[in-house]
Amino acid sequence: MSRHDTSDLIFRRVLAVFPISVLILVAGIFFELVYSSLPSLQKFGIGFLYHSVWNPVVENFGALPFIYGTCVTSFVALLLAVPIGVGAAIYLAEYAPVKVAKMVSMLVDLLAAIPSVIYGLWGIFVLVPFMRTVIQPFLGKYLGFLPLFQGPNYGIGMLAASVMLAIIIVPFIISVAREVIMAVPFVYKESAYALGATRWEALSNIVLSYGKVGILGAVILALGRAIGEVMAVTMIIGNDPKIALSLFSPGYTLASVLANEFAEADFPMYLSALIEIALVLLLVSFIVNILARLLIWSVTKGQAAEGAK
Amino acid sequence: MKETVLKSFAATRRRREIWDKAMVTVLFLCAASVLFILFVILWHLIARGLSSLNPAFFTQLPKAVGEKGGGMANAIIGTFVLLILAVCVGVPLGLGAGVYLGEYAHHRFAQTVLFVTDVMNGIPSIVFGIFAYTICVLPMKAFSALSGGLALGFMMIPMITRTSEQFVKMVPNQLREAGLALGLPKWRVVTGIIVPSAIGGIMTGIMVALARVAGETAPLLFTAFGNLHYSQSLTQPISAIPLQIFNYAVSPYEDWHRQAWAGALVLIVMVFLINIWAQYFVYSRKRWSAGK
Repeated sequence: MSRHDTSDLIFRRVLAVFPISVLILVAGIFFELVYSSLPSLQKFGIGFLYHSVWNPVVENFGALPFIYGTCVTSFVALLLAVPIGVGAAIYLAEYAPVKVAKMVSMLVDLLAAIPSVIYGLWGIFVLVPFMRTVIQPFLGKYLGFLPLFQGPNYGIGMLAASVMLAIIIVPFIISVAREVIMAVPFVYKESAYALGATRWEALSNIVLSYGKVGILGAVILALGRAIGEVMAVTMIIGNDPKIALSLFSPGYTLASVLANEFAEADFPMYLSALIEIALVLLLVSFIVNILARLLIWSVTKGQAAEGAK
Repeated sequence: MKETVLKSFAATRRRREIWDKAMVTVLFLCAASVLFILFVILWHLIARGLSSLNPAFFTQLPKAVGEKGGGMANAIIGTFVLLILAVCVGVPLGLGAGVYLGEYAHHRFAQTVLFVTDVMNGIPSIVFGIFAYTICVLPMKAFSALSGGLALGFMMIPMITRTSEQFVKMVPNQLREAGLALGLPKWRVVTGIIVPSAIGGIMTGIMVALARVAGETAPLLFTAFGNLHYSQSLTQPISAIPLQIFNYAVSPYEDWHRQAWAGALVLIVMVFLINIWAQYFVYSRKRWSAGK
């Protein structure tokens, strides 16, 4: 018996090394980035986040243009993707015949599995010309009085990148939102129908208000995706570190400046500033994911309380 | 009086029904537009990819800059090498962690680690690349296949940990008890009964993680770096299909664009096949439990 005890103990101890090393790995990523960005952290301090000049030649680094580009593209992408994604999810969960819904969900998963570099390739050769010849002239003609849609029309730029991001995050929103909507108890919907509600009324008043926290969680996770997306954005945003109001103008994001400049960062302060950008990305991803988990957790906890009653 | 009430009720009802129909149409259009975009993308990939594919693509090295012809043999081999390295890093760590969490860990510890893996799953891929750069490329003073495999391997860990934990937990308790009742030590029960019973699900998790990293470019940009020739050793830069697609797509040469489309088609077929293969493991497991 004691022989078993020793062998079990050894096995258990050895196996315990793995989860602990996963924890160490995540902590290691964080501390490695902090350590490597120390020179930049010390030199620029908090001003790194709001200075708008990025000039490697004179070692002057401010990340505001990238933060601006990331915020604008992610926001516009959510603006496009959330209504369409949630709408499609509702249709699949509530209206579509089961077989159709299953097939469409499979196709949506397919869309989610496309590597981002392929989206980028498609973006360069299909989306950008389309934006240049159709969408942007149209917007300029009818909404050109807004500063958002003014200026030269290159095709590449923040609007194209936003549309690309929207396409990338939409399957993600659909699959999470669909699960949330399908989790709404049947009784609630049936009571609404019994009161004479139409399907849309039952949906908008009951299902969406029941599931809104979960859907918000899905949206926040999608935001995390959009912020961390590298290749597709880098390939079509134009990579110009300036802050312009117009969506037609080229921009730059936190992720794409890393992709473009990291390999050519040839002196320590440059490298350190870029690693600080990676640190910003890491922290944002931590915040976004923890927030989304807490939201989803609050929904599932609520359901458990409901069941216990 | 009664009639006017009824009339106004009927009018409201009709208005509500029209509104209902309109909203259903809008929702349908949402779903249809997503499908439409998917088909447009796949159409371009297949049409441009197929017309660009030729045997040379699989067998030849890239030609000199701007010269026509050549292929991506180096990148195809490079992707396989990188994926093998990634599996060597990600599978032991992820599987070990998952089995420990599912089988041994206290609830609170398991929850903490799973929470951390969820957060890790959300870390942007390029951050893994930079981490691998600082811990591997900087000390070795060279871009290498090793550092690329490391970055991809790290990315696989969260998904493998989560699926192995889930499937290990799903193994019925009777199996554990039967093993222990036969006098087996716990570790024999784990390695001989529990892991084999859960292997279908675990394999699915591994394959899905593999499919995800197979298409990754960002973590390879400054680790594997790319190489226009065959890589001779793991400490040299190595190419990968996604990396080469990126380099070709942003180049100004017509023929490289053509090869980028061919590469995209090959990559997407590979990713889809790995995903489908992953599903096969789950189904074979279902068959096994149904036959029981």
